[in-house]
Amino acid sequence: MRYSIFSLVRQAFAGHRGWDEAWRTPEPKKQYDVVIVGGGGHGLATAYYLAKNHGVSNVAVLEKGYIGGGNTGRNTTIVRSNYMLDDNAHFYEWSLKLWHQLSTDLNYNTMFSPRGVLNLAHTEGQRDQYFRRGNRMLLNGIDAEWMTREDIARFIPHLDCSDNPRFPILGGLMQRRGGTARHDAVAWGYARAASALGVDIIQNCEVQGFAREGNRVVAVETSRGRIGAGKVGIAVAGNSGRVAGMVGLKLPIETHVLQAFVSEPLKPMLDTVVTYGAGHFYMSQSDKGELVMGGDLDFYPSYAQKGNIPILEEAVAAGLQMFPILSRVRMMRHWGGVMDMTLDGSPIIAKTPIDNFYLNGGWCYGGFKATPASGWVFAHTIAHDAPHELNRAHTLERFETGHVIDDKGAGPVAQWH
Amino acid sequence: MSGAFRIPGAGHIDRAQPLAFRFNSKSLQGCAGDTLASALLANGVHLVARSFKYHRPRGMFTAGNEEPNAIVQLERGPHTEPNLRATEIELYAGLVAASVNCFPSVDFDLGVLNRLASAILVAGFYNKTFMWPKSFWKKFYEPVLRNASGLGVAPDAPDPDIYDRLHWHCDVLVVGAGPAGLSAALEVARQGLRTVLIDEAPEPGGTLLQRPAQIGGIAGAAWAARAAAELDGLANVLVLRRTSVFGYYDHNYLMALERRTDHLGPGRAPGIARKRLWHFRAARVILATGAHERPIVFGNNDLPGIMLANAACTYATRYGVALGRRGVAFVNNDHGYALALDTQAAAGNLSLIVDARPAADPELARRAAGAGVRALQGHVIARALGGKRVRGVDIRTCAGTNAGRVECDHLLISGGISPAVHLFSQAPGTLRYDARLACFLPDRASQAVEVAGALNARLQLASALADGKAAAARTLAALGRAPAALATSAALTASSAASAGFVPPATVAATAAGTPAPGPVPDELHIEPLWSVQSLLGRKLPGKHFIDLQNDVTESDIRLAAREGFRSVEHAKRYTTTGMATDQGKTSNVTGLAILAEALGKTIPEVGTTTFRPPFTPVTFGALAGRDRGTLSDPVRITPMHAWHAANGAVFEDVGQWKRPWYFPLPGEDMQAAVARETRALRTTAGVMDATTLGKIDIRGADAAEFLNRVYTNAWTKLAVGSCRYGLMCKPDGMMMDDGVTARLAPDRFLMTTTTGNAARVLDWLEEWLQTEWPGLKVYCTSVTEQWSTVAIVGPNSRKILQALAPDMDLSNAAFPFMTFREGEVAGLRARVFRISFSGELSYEVNVPSWHGLALWQAVIDAGKAHGLTPYGTETMHVARAEKGYIIIGQETDATVTPQDLGLAWAVSTQKDFIGKRSFARVDTRRTDRKQLVGLLPRDKSFVAAEGSHLVASPARAVFDPASGSPSIGHITSSYFSPNLGSGFALALIANGRALRGQTVYCVRDAGPQPMTVGDPVFFDPEGKRRDGID
Ligand SMILES: Cc1cc2nc3c(=O)[nH]c(=O)nc-3n(C[C@H](O)[C@H](O)[C@H](O)COP(=O)(O)OP(=O)(O)OC[C@H]3O[C@@H](n4cnc5c(N)ncnc54)[C@H](O)[C@@H]3O)c2cc1C
Repeated sequence: MRYSIFSLVRQAFAGHRGWDEAWRTPEPKKQYDVVIVGGGGHGLATAYYLAKNHGVSNVAVLEKGYIGGGNTGRNTTIVRSNYMLDDNAHFYEWSLKLWHQLSTDLNYNTMFSPRGVLNLAHTEGQRDQYFRRGNRMLLNGIDAEWMTREDIARFIPHLDCSDNPRFPILGGLMQRRGGTARHDAVAWGYARAASALGVDIIQNCEVQGFAREGNRVVAVETSRGRIGAGKVGIAVAGNSGRVAGMVGLKLPIETHVLQAFVSEPLKPMLDTVVTYGAGHFYMSQSDKGELVMGGDLDFYPSYAQKGNIPILEEAVAAGLQMFPILSRVRMMRHWGGVMDMTLDGSPIIAKTPIDNFYLNGGWCYGGFKATPASGWVFAHTIAHDAPHELNRAHTLERFETGHVIDDKGAGPVAQWH
Repeated sequence: MSGAFRIPGAGHIDRAQPLAFRFNSKSLQGCAGDTLASALLANGVHLVARSFKYHRPRGMFTAGNEEPNAIVQLERGPHTEPNLRATEIELYAGLVAASVNCFPSVDFDLGVLNRLASAILVAGFYNKTFMWPKSFWKKFYEPVLRNASGLGVAPDAPDPDIYDRLHWHCDVLVVGAGPAGLSAALEVARQGLRTVLIDEAPEPGGTLLQRPAQIGGIAGAAWAARAAAELDGLANVLVLRRTSVFGYYDHNYLMALERRTDHLGPGRAPGIARKRLWHFRAARVILATGAHERPIVFGNNDLPGIMLANAACTYATRYGVALGRRGVAFVNNDHGYALALDTQAAAGNLSLIVDARPAADPELARRAAGAGVRALQGHVIARALGGKRVRGVDIRTCAGTNAGRVECDHLLISGGISPAVHLFSQAPGTLRYDARLACFLPDRASQAVEVAGALNARLQLASALADGKAAAARTLAALGRAPAALATSAALTASSAASAGFVPPATVAATAAGTPAPGPVPDELHIEPLWSVQSLLGRKLPGKHFIDLQNDVTESDIRLAAREGFRSVEHAKRYTTTGMATDQGKTSNVTGLAILAEALGKTIPEVGTTTFRPPFTPVTFGALAGRDRGTLSDPVRITPMHAWHAANGAVFEDVGQWKRPWYFPLPGEDMQAAVARETRALRTTAGVMDATTLGKIDIRGADAAEFLNRVYTNAWTKLAVGSCRYGLMCKPDGMMMDDGVTARLAPDRFLMTTTTGNAARVLDWLEEWLQTEWPGLKVYCTSVTEQWSTVAIVGPNSRKILQALAPDMDLSNAAFPFMTFREGEVAGLRARVFRISFSGELSYEVNVPSWHGLALWQAVIDAGKAHGLTPYGTETMHVARAEKGYIIIGQETDATVTPQDLGLAWAVSTQKDFIGKRSFARVDTRRTDRKQLVGLLPRDKSFVAAEGSHLVASPARAVFDPASGSPSIGHITSSYFSPNLGSGFALALIANGRALRGQTVYCVRDAGPQPMTVGDPVFFDPEGKRRDGID
């Protein structure tokens, strides 16, 4: 059933008894043309675009838990395309364009809200780096805007723009078309749209191994039995290493914990996303009124999907530098997700040494915003057995040849990105 | 008088201390010992809030941390605090609080208009609509949603209070000071173990303060006070009151938040940290966190005046408050039944118990009859009636037939218990569903933890006390202490605890298989699970049937979620937002999942619980930051000469943690004028700069030279003692990481300098390689940045100035050549003098121990007077070094730049191995069209490009053109005006830049592209004649 205010009103009169399942819950078939492992935003988007753009609808998405329960449902939902290097800039800009039409395309309100993303600068050097980035964005046709300290003080009244903070704010790079979305709605919206096109979404189905013949994968071994597969694409984020390990691939990806936390709901006080430049902290306010915040990675690689205290304390201290008025506000929840960190901070969306096995991973902190484009180009890569022009550079081999895509210019350590 | 509903003689409040307070602008009075909630109820105020979505009137629903409704904004101005629960706020004189999320007032709230639309405001409605027209979402729909959501208001002034942080190690940490926790704590504390007992209440006692109880012949509250006094008196015990344990992390690491001054009122405890964040590491933990009571879902079950039975009992017993004149109770278990009777015993206002079960425990039934309370067995409440307060209830039989309407002004509910498994579950521990008690109980623990009391399903006083002792005994055994013989211990046993108000002891026969731990068996509840009256009766009933009161989630929302395929309990939670409010679903989660299970035709354990995430109760951000505020958040590092700089007008810039003089303006000078003057002085007479902040690492050991050989790209083994060398450090990918001059102090000792900002990172880097890759090397690194002060004397006159201060030192070029260092006396101080240059001029960097830094600086200033010596800051340093084409790490480089890109191939050995070497053989690093460092001179000499500007090959390409891709060929890394050149100039990284020498490129800027000529990055004295000065 199409969603609209009319169907909602009609259902209101019918006691909301007529709504169908948002997505079907089929038993797995014996064989699919394409099996996608991982029911996060990326896996679901891939399935959707396989069906929609490439007419491949005999597709299953296998999810070990519930869809969207990985990083998709744990992230702080910042969407932006403020990238400097062309390979990333064009990819993320395409993603941003898809975000702007996503709710309509999926007929599901993903609550994408372009309220802007502002990166603060606190030193001259940092300002110059943002100038470099912003100027480059403009030359790539991506919106960017320099805000002075005074502009910012007017725009975010609660932000301490005085000389009092340890590292006073000098200005900031703003991308107005960036913003946030509702994470669960993205997973559910893609699932619903994909399911309507014939994709089978199979939850509680953990992939435990792959059956190979020569250099091909022929089936997926799961907790719900063997499922034959013409092609296999994995989009399992923090579990990339584990799942690729099942076919004997070793990836240049490390798994780290990234935390997030929210305050109790407050009346609107922040109408943008703002990141601290003198430490690790960022914040936005959700439509429910919660302040959504995050900080740095934990200090060591880990698969523990939960938060801990040292990083939290560090992030909060940084947050109070920016917003001293938050001191009396309270944290309501904190949690963690397992991040697939690459060594240049950019993702891998590529073919692999195994003929019909495709990899989508290495999203670091920023894969949520990539969801639409990631699905778009990964579907293309799987359908055509060749990359889309937007992910031609996001190969596995780049770590061998040195053609890395180090947008931050941070260096070859997962933790630095 | 502290309220019309105060029960004479009842409660643990201090009637001698009346406290005036204001709620929603009304002046009221309570007593010391009240919470805001109890004081309001004592005044007959039930309506305190409006619900989030439908703006329905709401009142106090609980008496504790699980409160979903009574959310208030406490105080105004800088002390204001949003979203506090009235049930947790201790009353103080002059307290001011107000309802949140209602306009214009809680009594008359326009938000009720939402109710007209309530039929469409179902779970997930916003996912289904607001999509058309597209542009309306951001402009119209979303702002409306945002303004409607949110509870309280953030303060708009900085917090006047301070917070601190403490770390504490102990043998045993007991969480919860109810009967189980107290008896456990006494037991372990008496063995001399380092014990901590924590409770969120102002005084230990837990339920002992909330219900009438007798222990060993004395009142429960008195027993608790005695136990607390004993524990307070033991040196090995820490008892924390008003402290909430909010998180249970790996390695028995628990976090707690202590409220130290809130109960006194704002500003009444100056100088004392308002809250303290405790970090605990405990060898063993005993959780005695009790249980929350659970509601039953029926029509309009959210009206003010409807409350959990244990809350009603607490208000009556602890605070001496009656909820009204005529009460009804609705229960499905003995525990709730008994609570209702306890309430009646104190308040005398209960007229009817509606019990869904065919029969109650006979003993309880007798008590009811004795107390004049009518009991209706096999009946349910189908709907509550009323607007801003419950007025009555519609009763039906369990078969569904109408059984009439009963008037009442308050209603007690008990649908069973939900043990407070949150911390146990975070640890993480698994839960099991106990069908007999209809609740989730701790199952397998993954850490060194015991559970006791109501958390462990020991609901009766006697068994809770015994269970606490049993947990203590297991804990002692685990710690290798002989436990006191359990049954014969002098203290309390099950049999010595008589319970007046409690349900009869458990029938021992009911020993359940799989009891998790030895000890007495769980108590009987005789519960008949009843989640929703609608589903019991199998029909739709009038009214709204709420599950999550704070988020306004109804039973039909859950059923809708199930219908729409949100089958996973996490999906249903997120789709309906059940349990996602500030109470984190303490009174709603289990009901929600039970109804979901029913809707899906599954069992409750099949559906399972959602993840319990910390914190258990909200944590003040100020406390998490502690003292890491303002300038304490990150050390401010200053050099010994800082005071001189400040006194002489320096403008400072932050370089990492350091404050460095940026420039020294004279009166009337702006930055440009000051820098021009400083730069001229340095090139014509002399300048002096404080170079103390450069990182300095003392590297010693037999393998020190070999080590440097591996971490630097150039060769180090043959460097003579007394000489210096410029070194480059790369990461394994061959990209520049740091640079600096390193001197050989002795055959086995070097002094490395690093960039200011990278000093710590480089030391970490060296240590990482030494410790993880080359543990065999005998090398020891010590940071000596803080130990030495460095004064750089720069310019043609620098030799004369230094000579005046070091008459015994031979400063001739022959005796003291470039890139060497000497030790000797300068200004009467032991000093190391390095002849190195970051400006191209003759220059000496004099190092003295830090405590002499200022003296040296002053001496240099004095000696320089006659020679035109001018102090300069980092900006002039930047200009001077850029004129020479010297790079700055982080400015000319990010981690994508190789030494070769910068024209520093001469400093990269082709012989030896070093970190990064192999990467120079990679395809990408061998490319000839990489970005290379070049110099740029503007055609218009007055043009100074902005750093970070991009360059294009032709003016036509200075705009974005989707057809031709990215037009940038590079960017400007450094850009200044040079008084020496009489022109602006810049350094830039340009693709294949060295091949473009002599050609024109265009700097893109808003005001139109500016032509610039590509050339060598060295603009000044390319032959390097000046560095030797005039000998
Ligand atoms: C705290 C936090 C904050 C973040 N903030 C942002 C942000 O602000 N902006 C942004 O753009 N990005 C952010 N991210 C990153 C972003 O969340 C992820 O990059 C993105 O969601 C990845 O999507 P995905 O679909 O690849 O992964 P996921 O959503 O993690 O999906 C992978 C799925 O694979 C499943 N799976 C794993 N192994 C198996 C198996 N063997 N069999 C079957 N299924 C399996 C998992 O259960 C999971 O559901 C953040 C991440 C975290 C943790």
